[in-house]
Amino acid sequence: MKSGAFKLARLSWHYLWSRPLAAVLNLLVLTLGLAAVTLVLLVATQLDKAFERDLTGIDLVVGAKGSPLQLILAGVFHIDAPTGNIPLQEVQALQANPLVAQVIPLSLGDSYRGYRIVGTTPDYVKHYEATLAEGALWQQPMDAVLGATVARGIVKADHAGAPLVEATFVGSHGLGGGGHAHGNHPYRVSGVLAPCGCVLDRLILTSTESVWMVHETDMATDAEDLALLQQEREVTVALVRYRTPLAAVSLPRKINSDTSMQAAAPAIEVTRLLRLLGVGADVLRAFGGVLLAVAALSVFIALWNAVRERRADLAMLRMLGAPPGRVAGLVLWEALWLAALASALGMLLGHGLAHGLGWVLQAQGLLPVTGWIWLPAEAGVPLLAAGVAALAALLPAMHAYNTDVADLLAQP
Amino acid sequence: MIRTRGLAYTYASSGVVLRFPDVDLRQGGTLLLRGRSGSGKSTWLALMAGLRGAGSGDLFVAGTQLATQRGAEIDAWRARSIGFLPQKLYLSSALTVADNLGLVYFAAGLPRDDAAIGRALAQVGIGELAARKPQQLSGGQAQRAALARAVLLAPEVLLADEPTASLDDEAAADALALLCQSASACNASLVIATHDQRVVQALAGAQTLDLNQTAPWSPTGKDLQL
Repeated sequence: MKSGAFKLARLSWHYLWSRPLAAVLNLLVLTLGLAAVTLVLLVATQLDKAFERDLTGIDLVVGAKGSPLQLILAGVFHIDAPTGNIPLQEVQALQANPLVAQVIPLSLGDSYRGYRIVGTTPDYVKHYEATLAEGALWQQPMDAVLGATVARGIVKADHAGAPLVEATFVGSHGLGGGGHAHGNHPYRVSGVLAPCGCVLDRLILTSTESVWMVHETDMATDAEDLALLQQEREVTVALVRYRTPLAAVSLPRKINSDTSMQAAAPAIEVTRLLRLLGVGADVLRAFGGVLLAVAALSVFIALWNAVRERRADLAMLRMLGAPPGRVAGLVLWEALWLAALASALGMLLGHGLAHGLGWVLQAQGLLPVTGWIWLPAEAGVPLLAAGVAALAALLPAMHAYNTDVADLLAQP
Repeated sequence: MIRTRGLAYTYASSGVVLRFPDVDLRQGGTLLLRGRSGSGKSTWLALMAGLRGAGSGDLFVAGTQLATQRGAEIDAWRARSIGFLPQKLYLSSALTVADNLGLVYFAAGLPRDDAAIGRALAQVGIGELAARKPQQLSGGQAQRAALARAVLLAPEVLLADEPTASLDDEAAADALALLCQSASACNASLVIATHDQRVVQALAGAQTLDLNQTAPWSPTGKDLQL
């Protein structure tokens, strides 16, 4: 029986390519549909995972008043401008709150070649369980640790081959690059992080003191002014982890009403964001669905015509003693060949597109997406293809099954 | 071997009943099936090949009583016992000549025997054309390919439908000779459906079943239009 299926496959392969144009066109439509489905699957899954990874363990984000979504995007994902700064004293008060287990302060404002320089504490690195690929964490002000993507980006830019640790660079004011260069305060690279698949990959980390130092000495007019500035030190965002889930009930409301700060719950805001993004994914998914439906129709028409054209061939097979099931199987196999080829090509194309998209996103310092991963859910793509093909082949196969051989004889 | 007793066929659409004279054809014998077009030649051939079920009567073909079997059994029996040379040949244009003969094994569910295919093509004199597509053959070559296909599994009964219809005198004589030779090579009973006088003359001594004398009986009493 095994060799029977093999012969069926071999023969249907011949029949498929006896009409090369129809075969290629159907393959193309089916491939595009499957590629769209694969692309949505890859991108949506990776974005979900990236969001989830970056959000893990952050219960509350505290920052200056403004849009809560912006606060989350700026403070957690580092893909938006921050809402402003908040006084260090208030953050310290928050730290003392019994409901709070941990506060990680982040100071934003400078960048290097478009990568954000974030002043923080070693807790930030520990929070994402990131490890060092080389060097060490910052030991003193003006030490900097590069994220994996940053290190790669900088090496490409001008460091060709030279070790990154001990290299120096000058941050520029503003997050977009092209701002005023803080020439008096070069950073020294003390270490490079191993890729963690999280937001740290895209950041340059340093101590909070470094950021203060750069700005205070740049801004202060004299020693007295400097002392004043040091009194009014600020951070941009505080990432808060609750000691108890109960904190969620009272703490955000207390911060929003009693302080000059704003508290935003990432879970809520990201749900809102994903609902916005979700529309895009749904559109793409629907597009893929339409393509697949068109492909199914196209395969159906091609097979239907093939069965009509080959009516005599199929009848002759019956005459030669082939049972109806074997004749119908021939038609079904032809569709399955298309499905198999289209699955391979579609998944390849989907991965290629995802990789291209990831490359574009990477170039813009946005979320990490790659085509070089295989998701278990992708096993569904060949199944989907086989389902579509089988559906398209159903009627033609039944037609072939019911071929009346005696009519063949009766034809004049 | 073919033996029919009181064979009749009822057309499902019109209810017309067609009665056939009894036939006794020994193994290796030749039968000329004569009749105008529409006289029931195709139906008789379809009955012999087990493609249609007889309305009444007994039918023994190649040692099997056909009414007792059905479906897959009939298909397997037909693959084994019946060779068929259709008028239009029905070689698949998607396949080479050799692959067209390979269909016989595929249809019968047997392992393909390339050596046998080569021998069968050589026997009808087109051994060197195995790799061609049917549309690259002349009419006579294509008929030889179809004949090779029909006798590939050495059937007990070989049915040929108008084998000389579109051939000139010389080619018709050649085709007929090759057909008879192929049938006798595997000791098959040969049935030739024809209304070609050249065949009738060439096989003057052969057993004949003339359907022109078979009056179809219509329950509605109308003239039969087939």
